[in-house]
Amino acid sequence: MTPDEQRLAVQRRNARALALLLGVLVVLIFALAIAKIGMGWGK
Amino acid sequence: MTTETIALPADWRDFLALTKPRVMTLVVFTGLCGMLAAPVAIHPVIGFTAILCIALGAGAAGALNQWYEADIDAQMKRTRGRPLPAGRMSRDSALHFGVGLAVFSVLLMGLATNLLAAGILAVSILFYVFVYTIWLKPRTPQNIVIGGAAGAFPPLIGWAAVTGDVAALPLLLFALVFLWTPPHFWALALFVKTDYANAGIPMLPVVAGERATRTQIGLYTIPMAVAAIAPWPLGLTGAVYGWVAVVATAWFALLAARITFRTTGADDRMRPEKRLFAYSIAYLFILFGAVVVDRWLA
Repeated sequence: MTPDEQRLAVQRRNARALALLLGVLVVLIFALAIAKIGMGWGK
Repeated sequence: MTTETIALPADWRDFLALTKPRVMTLVVFTGLCGMLAAPVAIHPVIGFTAILCIALGAGAAGALNQWYEADIDAQMKRTRGRPLPAGRMSRDSALHFGVGLAVFSVLLMGLATNLLAAGILAVSILFYVFVYTIWLKPRTPQNIVIGGAAGAFPPLIGWAAVTGDVAALPLLLFALVFLWTPPHFWALALFVKTDYANAGIPMLPVVAGERATRTQIGLYTIPMAVAAIAPWPLGLTGAVYGWVAVVATAWFALLAARITFRTTGADDRMRPEKRLFAYSIAYLFILFGAVVVDRWLA
């Protein structure tokens, strides 16, 4: 594997990890908002 | 032709290592127990978010600690494989990651629970980074006595996230972790003394010697034992916690006493010290677990 290919492989792995993290975060924020609304938040 | 080395970008696993996941386990567990010991229930999603924030806050503190101590870590056998001293990550990346994580965890805690929990989380991160890592650790052998407070905040945060307040039980749990830290860390410091000495960190065995450290381990075990058992006679927990605390603390005291009165030769393998260090971690898990079980059985 050339250095450029190695760099690309690391970048791909990091991008996948970041995408997964952001996906989880979006789900969490939605769940949090729903929980807060259910508890009467903002009324 | 030159053989130029192209630096690879840091892998996500290096960022994970920066958060000290093993330390995080204990922090998350004590925070969770503080939350479950509270007299009111919390919505599961909000509870999960609060625990996540405690974990992220601890991770941020760990990352900033490694950012500041990269040079010291490079000199110690135990820490030279970490991402910064091993050259797998730049210091700027670690700093940005740590600050970003700290800000995010405090903001999310404030949004999900309340300002008190977010405030204590912020104080605990700042305390660990500025008071312990930057101020005390390189200057005084009392570093972990005062710095131990940083690791004692999670049960308070967990409790505050649920109730919006603090009470006697989480304060005693804070005191327990605070007073547990010196014997726990000094047991470790006894068998990695050379590492600390090489790195110029004034840990107690380096500055005051082994004999004084052993005495201090014995002395600090006494108030720790009082803090561990106190919730029972004070009526804050029931007999289940009380008996678990008495037995587990008696075993801790026994191991600590063996170290206190021990003298070692040049080639000593420090087995009793390693045993106390390992047991001290299990001890906190047992006691905090007992608080929750006791609450559920009440």
